[in-house]
Amino acid sequence: MIIEVTGFTKTYGEIKAVDSLDLSIDEGKILAIAGPDGAGKTSLFRALAGLIEFDAGEAKIAGHDVRTSFDRIKPILGYMPQSFSLYPDLSVEENLGFYAGLFGITGSDLAAKKTRFYEFSGLGPFAGRRAGKLSGGMKQKLALSCALVHDPKVLILDEPTTGVDPLSRRQFWEILFSLKNSGSAILVSTPYMDEVSHADQAVLVHQGRKLAEGTPAQIAGRFHGSLFRLKREPTVDLMKRAGAIEGLSARRFGSSIHLYGPPGYTVDRLTSDLERSGIGADVEPLQPELEDVFVQMMEG
Amino acid sequence: MGYTVAIQDLTKDFGKFRAVDRVTLDVERGEIFGFLGANGAGKTTTIRMLCGLLLPTSGSGKVNGFDIHKENEAIKRSIGYMSQKFSLYPDLTGRENLVFYGSVYRLGRGDLKDRIAELEAHLELGGFIDRLTGSLPAGWRQRIALAAALIHRPAILFLDEPTAGVDPVFRRRFWDLLYGLADAGTTLFVTTHYMDEAEFCRRISIMHDGRIVEIGEPQALIRKHGRTDLQDTFIHLITSVDRK
Repeated sequence: MIIEVTGFTKTYGEIKAVDSLDLSIDEGKILAIAGPDGAGKTSLFRALAGLIEFDAGEAKIAGHDVRTSFDRIKPILGYMPQSFSLYPDLSVEENLGFYAGLFGITGSDLAAKKTRFYEFSGLGPFAGRRAGKLSGGMKQKLALSCALVHDPKVLILDEPTTGVDPLSRRQFWEILFSLKNSGSAILVSTPYMDEVSHADQAVLVHQGRKLAEGTPAQIAGRFHGSLFRLKREPTVDLMKRAGAIEGLSARRFGSSIHLYGPPGYTVDRLTSDLERSGIGADVEPLQPELEDVFVQMMEG
Repeated sequence: MGYTVAIQDLTKDFGKFRAVDRVTLDVERGEIFGFLGANGAGKTTTIRMLCGLLLPTSGSGKVNGFDIHKENEAIKRSIGYMSQKFSLYPDLTGRENLVFYGSVYRLGRGDLKDRIAELEAHLELGGFIDRLTGSLPAGWRQRIALAAALIHRPAILFLDEPTAGVDPVFRRRFWDLLYGLADAGTTLFVTTHYMDEAEFCRRISIMHDGRIVEIGEPQALIRKHGRTDLQDTFIHLITSVDRK
């Protein structure tokens, strides 16, 4: 395991931001951590990047202790913080050159890197544009390029796609897949549940604790119950009547209704239950998503 | 059923750059409308025109019945705006924040008190309205921000990624509140990059390079373009426009 964290605990005064968290990642794998603001993701990432102290537990990267041998970790670690941390007044090219210089990369090495980064990021035509004038998606690609400038084996990315549109997000993930395929280990946090499903392993955290972990499919498979879409306009009256059926709960979902039933509930049974309540049924089964599992676990 | 937003061929040029290109849009009263698009597609410029903050280069239309060319001051007073970045004062309580925003909109003392009581009940702020907003979890802070945006009873509320960073349980509760507002007649105009949030909207539009390339009910659009989900539909639409 190239990243190994055990019993990681971080407190801020009275508040336990992260409470005895364990996680590990292998080379060539992507681990996604999902959870709301305040779940403790950023505290963990900052500690792994050597930026803050922590209270208890152990964190190792490539066998080196984050607390005692960070100098050994620095050359193999790429870290992208949550807030945009590039120089807005420098151009795309100048930012890359600056970060490369920090790692002693200059001359023809730097030129080769630029060519490669421009290719994967599509930033080539914008090389002369100031970083502050880039769109959200392009900024994040530039920040990733800067974090990659020294070819790190381990990447820690703190919400790299927040505020980025779906197309740019997909392109960003394509880059992550190619890095993973070349052997990098990637630890990434995200508020988007659909991104979690792209990862090899996922951890759902809430209030500093782990709610679930496993492959995204394993986590989704832990949903207890059944889920259906009722294709009817969700009027207040209809919601009330559907929700009153024993064992069912109804949620509005745009111009249709999602119905949560007990395990093993079938379309046929649902249809007849709805019809008995005077609801002409047009239902289809739905695959529960990670968020459904998340909600169920949080509600205990 | 009246229209809260009715615009035709709305266009905005900045010098030679056309940021918004002949956008035509109708949003019904009490509708939850999702306004989607890539970064830099022109969404913010369009919203600034709808909010009365920016005059269009050409095109016509009305927001809350007010003309977007001539009555932009009246538009400003009749709309509400809430964003993830929209800041409450963290060292004031929720109630003090609401009083502050109420006075900005010049609500009378008695009216403001009634309105806060009303929002406290509807948005279920009871447990935390008197705590400092800076100390609240994101989900509760967001509900105070929603109340602040609604303090002057706007007919339309613009919501910019309203539930980013909030946990899924809060998020579902927040959307229940939004549906309640829409049922009571408030029009909700939502911008988001969360495709699952977009699916909560009754209709959505997808904007690209200043134009609206598609508009309709989320499920209908997915079917129309033969895609599996909304994200896929979004990406398909934007990339196929680029290829043309």
